[in-house]
Formats: sequence, C-alpha cells, structure tokens
Amino acid sequence: MSAVLTKDEFQEPMTLDVSQTRNPPFLRLVGVELRKSYDTRSGFWLLMSMGILAVITLAIMTIVGVVNDNVEFAYEDFVAAIAFVTSVLLPVLGILLVTSEWSQRTGMTTFALSPHRLRVIMAKMVAGLAWTFVIIAFALVVGAVVNLLYGAMEGEMAWRFGWEGLTGFVITQSLAMLGGFALATLLLNSPAAIVAFFAYKWILPTLFAIGAALIGWFEDLLPWIDFQTAQGPLYEMTNMDGEDFAHLLVSGAFWLGLPLAIGIWRVLRAEVK
Amino acid sequence: MIKVENLTRKYGAFTAVDDISFVCRPGRVTGFLGPNGAGKTTTMRVMVGLTPATHGQTTIGGHKYHDIPNPGRHVGVLLDASAQHAGRTGREVLTIGAKTMGLPMSRVDEMLELVSLSGAEGKRRVRNYSLGMRQRLGIAHALLGDPSVLILDEPANGLDPAGIRWMRGLLKGYADRGGTVLLSSHLLNEVEQIADDIIMIGRGKIVAEGTPAELLQSTGTFFKAVEVEQLLDALVASGLHPAPVGDGYRVDAEALQVGKIAAANSVTLIELRPADGGLEDMFLELTADTQREDFGQVAPA
Repeated sequence: MSAVLTKDEFQEPMTLDVSQTRNPPFLRLVGVELRKSYDTRSGFWLLMSMGILAVITLAIMTIVGVVNDNVEFAYEDFVAAIAFVTSVLLPVLGILLVTSEWSQRTGMTTFALSPHRLRVIMAKMVAGLAWTFVIIAFALVVGAVVNLLYGAMEGEMAWRFGWEGLTGFVITQSLAMLGGFALATLLLNSPAAIVAFFAYKWILPTLFAIGAALIGWFEDLLPWIDFQTAQGPLYEMTNMDGEDFAHLLVSGAFWLGLPLAIGIWRVLRAEVK
Repeated sequence: MIKVENLTRKYGAFTAVDDISFVCRPGRVTGFLGPNGAGKTTTMRVMVGLTPATHGQTTIGGHKYHDIPNPGRHVGVLLDASAQHAGRTGREVLTIGAKTMGLPMSRVDEMLELVSLSGAEGKRRVRNYSLGMRQRLGIAHALLGDPSVLILDEPANGLDPAGIRWMRGLLKGYADRGGTVLLSSHLLNEVEQIADDIIMIGRGKIVAEGTPAELLQSTGTFFKAVEVEQLLDALVASGLHPAPVGDGYRVDAEALQVGKIAAANSVTLIELRPADGGLEDMFLELTADTQREDFGQVAPA
C-alpha cells in the first residue's frame, strides 16, 4: 500500500459530526424573541409608551371623575380604558416582532442560526401572546391602583368589574396582537403592515357599515365577514350563542386565519435578504 | 467539508449562479474570488439556507444546512456585517446569538475580546459602529459557537490594513487547527495573500480554481516589438498562437524561442519577459463590461 491517501481516505474528514448538538428548545427561542422585543430602543419605548399612555389616560379619567359630580367611574372603566390604549399598540408590537427581522435585516442571522423558520415564527407568536398577557395583568393591577386612589378621593369605592368579560378581554387583545402579526408576515414591511392593520381594524368596519346600509343582502351577510363586530359579544361571553361563535369563527378564519396562513407560507419560502 | 454540486440559482430570466460545483477542504482557507455581482453571495446564501437553490445542492460536512442541529455550533456565518439591528449594542447582538445557541455568557466576553471590541465599544449601539467595527462584530458572531466551518462574505471589507492583517492571522490559525474557511472577496491581492485554494467565479460560472501558486504561475512569454506584424506572422508560421494582452502580446512559448524567431526575422524586440499570471488578466476581463462571452475560454495553465 502506498502512503498516498486514496480518494476515500481523503473524503473521510469531509463529514461533520453533528450528533453532539440539539436544536434549541422551543422555550429558549421564545425567551430570545422576548429579549429581542425590548432590547432595542424602539422596542423598549413601544412597551414603555403603552404603560405611559395607560397611566396618562387614567390620570385624566381620575381628574375628570373627581371634578365632575355627574361622572362616576368603576374599576371596569379604568381597565377598559387601558384595554383601548393597548389594543392600538399591541398589534404594532406583533408587527415589529416579525418585520424588524426584515427592515433591520437581522433575519439573515436569525434564520441562519435557526433554519427551521416555522419554529422561529411560532416563538415570535408565543412571545407576542406573552406580552399580551403581561399587558392585561398590568391593566388589571394599574386599574386597581387608580381605582383605589379615585375611590379614596371620591369617598366610595366602586369595584364593579364584569369578570365574565375578562375572558373576552384576553381573547380580543390576543386577536388584536395576532391581527397585526398576521399582516406583518403577509407584508414583511413595518409601515405597510401598520397602515394595513389600522385600515383593517378601523376603516373596514366603517365601510362594512356603509355597505350594509346601502345593500340589503349585504346586511345579512355582514355578521359573517365583519371580524371586528363579531368580537363584540365576547365581552359578555356568557350570552354568546352558537351563531355568535360561528360568526367569530367564520370572519376570523377569513381575516386572521387566511392572512396568517399565507403569511407564514411566505416567510417559510421567502429569500431572507 | 463544504460541497457545492451543480448549483444553479435563477431570478426570473437572470441566472445568478450557473451550474457550479466545488469543494472547500478542512484545514484550508478557500478564497471565493470574483467581481461584484458574480454570484459569490448568492452561492453562500444558498449554503446556509437563506436562498433556495433552483437546481443542485450544497452540503456542509455531508449534511444539508437545514438538517444540522443547532447549526451555529458547527457553521459560523457572516454574510453582511451591516445586517444587524442598528439599535442593539454589539454586546447585545452577541448575547442574542449566544442565548439562541445555548452558550454561556462568558463566550460573549471572550469573543468581544478576540475582535478587540471589549469594554466601552461593546456597549455602543451598532448604529454608531464603523464598517470595520461591524465586520469585527460579525466575525465575533461567526466564531461564537466555536464552529468548525466558517462562511464569510467579504470579511475584509471595511477593515483597515492592520485589521486585514489581523483577520488573515486569525483565519490562517483557524484553518491550521483543522477548520474549514470559505471567504469571498472581489480583491485579487487579498485572496492571494490569505487563501490556500482559490475558486474564481465570474457571471455565475467558475472560471478557474487552484492554489494561488498554480493560478499565478507564469504562463508563456510577454513581448513587444517594433515590427510587430512581422513577428506575429513568424510566430504563427512556427505553430504558435500569440494573443494581444495590454499593450503587447502573450504567447505560450519560452522567451528563448520568441527571441530566436525575432532574431531570425530581424525584428526589434523592445520587451521580452515571462508573462504575468493569467489570473489577473482573467480577473480584469471579468470585471470589464465588454467581452462578456469570451472569458470562459481563457483557462489558466
């Protein structure tokens, strides 16, 4: 035998032993995505602004409530006010979780480290839902603190809260975040997704209402396609009947399920630049 | 270790990478040389799964990139040093990478130290980094998971001469320890200095490959003459094929033979020397916008 390596021997070190590594566990990816949502100035201030706006809103409400004798607020009013503020900004959080990978081009690093893109997208979605729950908890706590102060100033505490609406509150806030998230995966561009989301959330229901007023048959169809209105009964979930759920499911499948499915399909196939 | 087989990537009618095949071996630095837009980046992006191939495939250590578990531990990637969130600090960029790969945080400090971004620079946001600092950060990120394969796209871009020397030492040392390095560049001199193997690509096709010595070895004789037409005729009559290069001609023959033919025909030579390597000529031809079709035929010796 000659000392010269045969072709096969030369090929031998060409393989990589990958038996010692495992893909990162899903929860670790969620942790990384959570970190990425607040470790930049834009992400940090988006989260801060939700808190700051909520506090400002409640401060104004408290002043108005104390000054005006004919205005009475209860716990549920404070929580609802925060819910309104955060329902505007939570979708932006959902959008930026996805689009910043494209606008800041970090997707090249993210998807090179985790080539299983579906896991990354799911981790982002779970991170978005985690923030949604944190913000709901924040709303309940801050609402309670403000109600305590307000009650002390007014001389009587109104702890009225539609607890049966809490589930609906959690669901609508989650759907708001997911709505932004879905459009983000579909458009992969921050400004476009934000504009599209607000059109989807605020302009579309108005157009639907106009359409329903003008066209008779459209009015009958409307509950099945107007996702925002279909979410209304969620606040009194105990009163929701089968048809209400069916409206929610059908309109949700169209306005949330479909964009999300196409969006995820797009992310899985997109060339990451 | 890196194997590219019949790789083609098309964008509509445009073929960015056209049926290329090559291998990068462990223990060696492979230089991927070509002008801008030659298909280097596209090839590297296909290797790490960011761009799907139209035909063909790439494997790393016998695996498709997608099938490598926790790939950052095996393959270090730097495709674009500017592709980092401008609002993150350098340290934070590495922290995210380390957390994704499940590495101890001490690794972040080690890497910042290695690329001389420790201390205050690591705490600055990437927005305020120079291109050279971004390259250093990118190299630190590629090395974070202690991989055995490195894929670096234009890593010397933006580095100052001292930085380029530092990187050269770093990558040589890495290859000497058995690592596989593929780095791209559009600068011939840069690749010549650092690479053990060169793969030259132009307009999506591989036009030359070999060691720098092989590719740069003198190929034939360069000459200039006063009665040049006469000499060309005489050379052709002797069965040689002179070709114009720059302001003179090149021919696959010994200088002695050319000199003798010139003397026999009473031609006044004004320059007669071994020709420069074909690589530079070929490289210049590739970068020129004209002669788009012919470059494939200028094969090196």
